Amino acid sequence: MKARSTLRGARMQAWIFLAPALTLLAVFSFWPVAYGSLLAFTDYSLVREMSWVGLDNFRYIFDNEMFVTGLKNSLKFLLMVPVVQVGAIALAVLVNNQLPGIAWFRAAFYVPVVTTVSVVGIMWGFMFHEQGTLNYVFMQLRLANAPLGWLTDDTLALFAVMFVTLWRGLGWYMVMYLAALQAIPKDMQEAALLDGANRWQQFWRITVPMLRPTIMVCSILSVLAALKAYQEVDVLTQGGPMNSTFTALYYAYDQGLKHLKLPRALAASLVVSSICIAIALACLRYLKPRHR
Amino acid sequence: MRASPLATAGHYAILCLLAVVCVFPFWWTLVTALSTEGNVFAFPPTFWPRSPSLENFAEVFRAIPILAFFKNSVLIAACTVFWKLALCSLAAYPLARMHFRGRKLVFGVILATLVLPSEVNFLVNFITVTKLSLVDTYTGVILPNVVTAVAILLLKQAFEEVPQDLIDAARVDGASEWTIFTRIMLPLIAPWLATVGILTAVEAWNEYIWPSIVMSKPDEFPLSVGVLYLRGTFGSSTRVIAAGTVLTILPTLAVFLFSQRFFMRGMDGAVK
Repeated sequence: MKARSTLRGARMQAWIFLAPALTLLAVFSFWPVAYGSLLAFTDYSLVREMSWVGLDNFRYIFDNEMFVTGLKNSLKFLLMVPVVQVGAIALAVLVNNQLPGIAWFRAAFYVPVVTTVSVVGIMWGFMFHEQGTLNYVFMQLRLANAPLGWLTDDTLALFAVMFVTLWRGLGWYMVMYLAALQAIPKDMQEAALLDGANRWQQFWRITVPMLRPTIMVCSILSVLAALKAYQEVDVLTQGGPMNSTFTALYYAYDQGLKHLKLPRALAASLVVSSICIAIALACLRYLKPRHR
Repeated sequence: MRASPLATAGHYAILCLLAVVCVFPFWWTLVTALSTEGNVFAFPPTFWPRSPSLENFAEVFRAIPILAFFKNSVLIAACTVFWKLALCSLAAYPLARMHFRGRKLVFGVILATLVLPSEVNFLVNFITVTKLSLVDTYTGVILPNVVTAVAILLLKQAFEEVPQDLIDAARVDGASEWTIFTRIMLPLIAPWLATVGILTAVEAWNEYIWPSIVMSKPDEFPLSVGVLYLRGTFGSSTRVIAAGTVLTILPTLAVFLFSQRFFMRGMDGAVK
């Protein structure tokens, strides 16, 4: 009898330990997704009773030029995924050694990751200025005859914003790949070299296959991050010039916070979420890791 | 296997070039903040401070309540770290070391938050925070960031690495679960608590969108939000904005440079 009650006591204890964390997760992680998805089908506003409007919000956003541009731009952001991944792997290979001062290089590549996005916006605003360093470099290298309007030209601005997300993201993925590289057994690489493989063959035959699981995880994370990009837009261009840098979630952010059109914003985010979930499921099914 | 000196030199050359691309915006901002002469934007750009002084920094202190911003950021970061470590380690412990029905389910539910589309949770969270009358309070800023799946995951792994013998010995001595948790487990996973704490501190310090929604009074902004406020007030004075920017990132940079290994380890743990 006593043993049973202590067992039940222990069980109670587990739930008491878990309760605060689970409560907060329920309120701030699950509730917003559930309630938000529901509100996307209503005309919710702070001032009056809400009612169901069916798919009206979705019809509205798909007729809205800003959202459609935003969705297309979000898809264009996917172009960054291979660039970020290849760049991050290259960086990780470059810093995966014990050369003197290598820790400083690792730090230099990671610093953009620990910089707050508002500061990133200000600093790159300086770089992209008409008379800024980037234009100077471009003109010195004869890549441009006159200063380019990086953030003011509607054909360039989106690429400028995409470049900043690349700059911010590289270091994060580099550390992921660095960890994976360091987990590859040394003798495996040495055995390949002893068998007469050159560095290039060693990289493609040993390193890349061993990195496969990490490449998969990072690529999926990178695809999702690309589709959800909007903070850089907010601090660099606020969607301009001429709405050319709107992304799908920036539209949600803009409608929800600046125009207080919550249902519209939530409908837009639900569209993005559905695309993300579909892609994640497809990746997981198609690219099922072999060993894990 | 030793690489030839030429290959090593080439290796360093590539590293330096890439490092310059990564760090240049910071350097330019620092140079601009320290300089007091010449045009801010000029061809060729200034790569070294001209007649350096701290005048621009002094101007930041006069123009905006940056000390208040700083204090607010410290408060938000400290409270987030404290509550995250407390609540997440409390949740991670039973998941790692106790046997109860539903353990796997609970763990699955927590992991599910990783794949939930959470980017614009702040839209609904703002309604929630309004209903809880937490608008314009730091509690409102902190609460949604206190519990994260990643932190629970890392701490759960840390708890799993503690040898079972230690727990059994304590149980034999009649220690309660609470005593085991606070006196044995927490001290043993201190390095992991430090890792999660430092990562959290930097995240909380850098958080920008959510605090800008919850806090509406400029005096109560954290630095990450306040620094943009500086851009609004002093549209023309680039040097002062640059100085404000330097002041905003200095603390994170310092923390990062002195605790690099924690960042690398935190990521390492997250991969596993």
